[in-house]
Amino acid sequence: MTTRNLITLSIVMALFAFALIALFYPLWGREAMRLGLDLQGGLHIVYRADLSSVPEDEQAYVMEGVKEVIDNRINPYGVTEPVLQIQGKDRIVLQLPGIKITDKDKERLSRVALLEFGELAADGEEARWESELGRWKPATGIINGEEKTLTSRYFRENTFIRMSPESGLELVFEWDNEGSKLSKEITGRLKGERLGIFEGDEPLRGEDGRHIAPVVQEVITERGIITGLSRIDADTLSKQLNAGRLPVSLEIIYDQTVSPILGADFIDMSVKAGIIGIILVMLFMMAYYRVSGFLACLALIFYGVIVLAVFKLWPVTLTLAGLGGFILSIGMAVDANVLIFERMKEEVRTGRTLGAAIEAGFNRAWNAIRDSNITTFIVCIILFWVGNSIVGGAAVKGFAVTLGIGVAVSMFSAIVVTRTLLRLFVGGPLSKRTQLFSVWLSKRNV
Amino acid sequence: MFDIVGKRFRFFLISGAVILIGIISMPFGLKTGIEFSSGSLLTVDFEQEVKQGELKAALADLGYDNVIIQRTGAGDYLIRTEELSTEDKKALKAGLEARFGKLTEPEFSSVSPMIATETVRTAVIAVAVAAVGILLYVTWAFRRMPRPIHYGTCAIIALAHDALVALGVFSILGGILNWQVNMMFITGILAVIGYSVNNTVVIFDRIRENLRLDISVDFETVVNNSLVETLGCSVNTSLTTLVVVLALLFFVGATIQNLVAVLIIGIIAGTFSSICIAPTLLVVWDKREWRRFISWLPIPAARPRR
Repeated sequence: MTTRNLITLSIVMALFAFALIALFYPLWGREAMRLGLDLQGGLHIVYRADLSSVPEDEQAYVMEGVKEVIDNRINPYGVTEPVLQIQGKDRIVLQLPGIKITDKDKERLSRVALLEFGELAADGEEARWESELGRWKPATGIINGEEKTLTSRYFRENTFIRMSPESGLELVFEWDNEGSKLSKEITGRLKGERLGIFEGDEPLRGEDGRHIAPVVQEVITERGIITGLSRIDADTLSKQLNAGRLPVSLEIIYDQTVSPILGADFIDMSVKAGIIGIILVMLFMMAYYRVSGFLACLALIFYGVIVLAVFKLWPVTLTLAGLGGFILSIGMAVDANVLIFERMKEEVRTGRTLGAAIEAGFNRAWNAIRDSNITTFIVCIILFWVGNSIVGGAAVKGFAVTLGIGVAVSMFSAIVVTRTLLRLFVGGPLSKRTQLFSVWLSKRNV
Repeated sequence: MFDIVGKRFRFFLISGAVILIGIISMPFGLKTGIEFSSGSLLTVDFEQEVKQGELKAALADLGYDNVIIQRTGAGDYLIRTEELSTEDKKALKAGLEARFGKLTEPEFSSVSPMIATETVRTAVIAVAVAAVGILLYVTWAFRRMPRPIHYGTCAIIALAHDALVALGVFSILGGILNWQVNMMFITGILAVIGYSVNNTVVIFDRIRENLRLDISVDFETVVNNSLVETLGCSVNTSLTTLVVVLALLFFVGATIQNLVAVLIIGIIAGTFSSICIAPTLLVVWDKREWRRFISWLPIPAARPRR
């Protein structure tokens, strides 16, 4: 029995040491806790694209294009882990964690996609865009005496990519009537020079961050070809050009914007709440259950470290509600210990030795502990499903995940860890002094 | 030795009164948040001190008559309006800045009616599934009891009691403090349901054990003894949980305020119901005590024959 107990104890200690290492050193590339949007600030938007003007069979393709356009717009922010996904038929989810977003940024991100073509501005001329290739002004031509800018609106059909034996990958596009006239005039003038592509105020950039500005090889009237693009660039550019052909407006149907400062405040407050909560629980347990309570506190520390390590290694995205769930689970973690200790007290009063009382206490409390935790698990599973299925459900999901993990680990820590620690006292000099275990034999009848 | 079971009708009266007041207050107190009824929630932090009344007047001046304003612990204002576009919001902020000086916007969220409808649907399904799931589990957990349906039903009544008390007290407090029912509130209610059944399970477990030990022929005495034996357990488990939730209440801001409030009310209600409602109902059922009330009925019924 004692050797088995020592083995369990060493396993518990090893687990604890491992969890501590995992918390302070990066393991498996996990550098730090992953924080949700409400804790590090940032933007979570869901767009609904108005596809009413788009034929049914082209909708999926147009959505890809819109997504590529938004991708180009978020590039300048340098967000490390952006989320950009098409959801369902007409929704796009965009998450930019960790940055401050102003109303102006939001307008820029949400406007209709339109690609414009530009030519290099001469010195002293007014420029509309700037890139590493120079200063640019819109490429314009005169049609019926009116000056017009060349944009993606003039595409006749969707652009496509093909392989040609001579020049490799080619991106093919066709202009409609008005576009042909414009293009003829502009490319005739710009032969041998670059034609820059722009989206809003930004130069359109390829996968490697370079501004996409192909050199005009010949005069383009109806059909033009862009060569020299990488596979990914050609694919992206093709989608973007197509998104600009059938302009789709984006409606914000869900918006959550949190300033990073507020997020930092939340973390600060949660840590304070957690520490104060733990200290109060520990004081209570030690005051009420004495030595057993102290051992429960050790188990609680074990519990906290293991849970945080699981959060980091999983990794669990921590939200404010998630931290709330964790802190709540601290309070619930000692519940199992309370059940066991109360049972032990009764067993000692009926005249059992400490060793026998420990075993009886754990065995008889087990049913109640199991039953009561299962109901919490049922609720966690349901909340997890809710968090996954609603828009903006990160908070609910975070609460479900942290509470669920917390309850699971707490069962282990309350049962295995506390029991192992308690068994160390069995047969020792302290085990006869039952008042240390909060049992006063004289008060037999309560 | 405490006699808890003997005071059962007093407990029923207290619970009934709290629930009744709560239900009466609901039409005035319960307001749905933007997640369920769509709209925008803008948090503003003014550099200067601005009074709530001034803010309300300024908003009405800007054309926002129907706003709900709530002050947070940090001194920020939460302004709830109809759904605001980015342009509307810029205009609103400019209007406020013109009146009250510089402001910052720590948080903004906006939900369209389409998303709100989806969220309501999901929340309704979740509450229903949770109720059924726990009902099934509790019935299963007490399958070896002498009368499993009694135990299952009383546990469920206690759960319904906790949910109703939480809803009612939230409605009363929310009516005063402008709290709104949102997804965090639903999360709190479900967490309370999952948690508060725990104590009931512990007490029922002890009743089962004492019945086997045959400590008394009188069911009422068995229940009361079981209650007293587990009293330390019930109170202490709730206390430890309540302590950490209180710590959350004092330190963590408005975002999870609803969750924390519901948890506090629910834990207290749950402890009360698991000690004073669920086991005492078992006794009422065992003794068929409703006859005491129903037995009045024949008297007025006999009147016409006079």
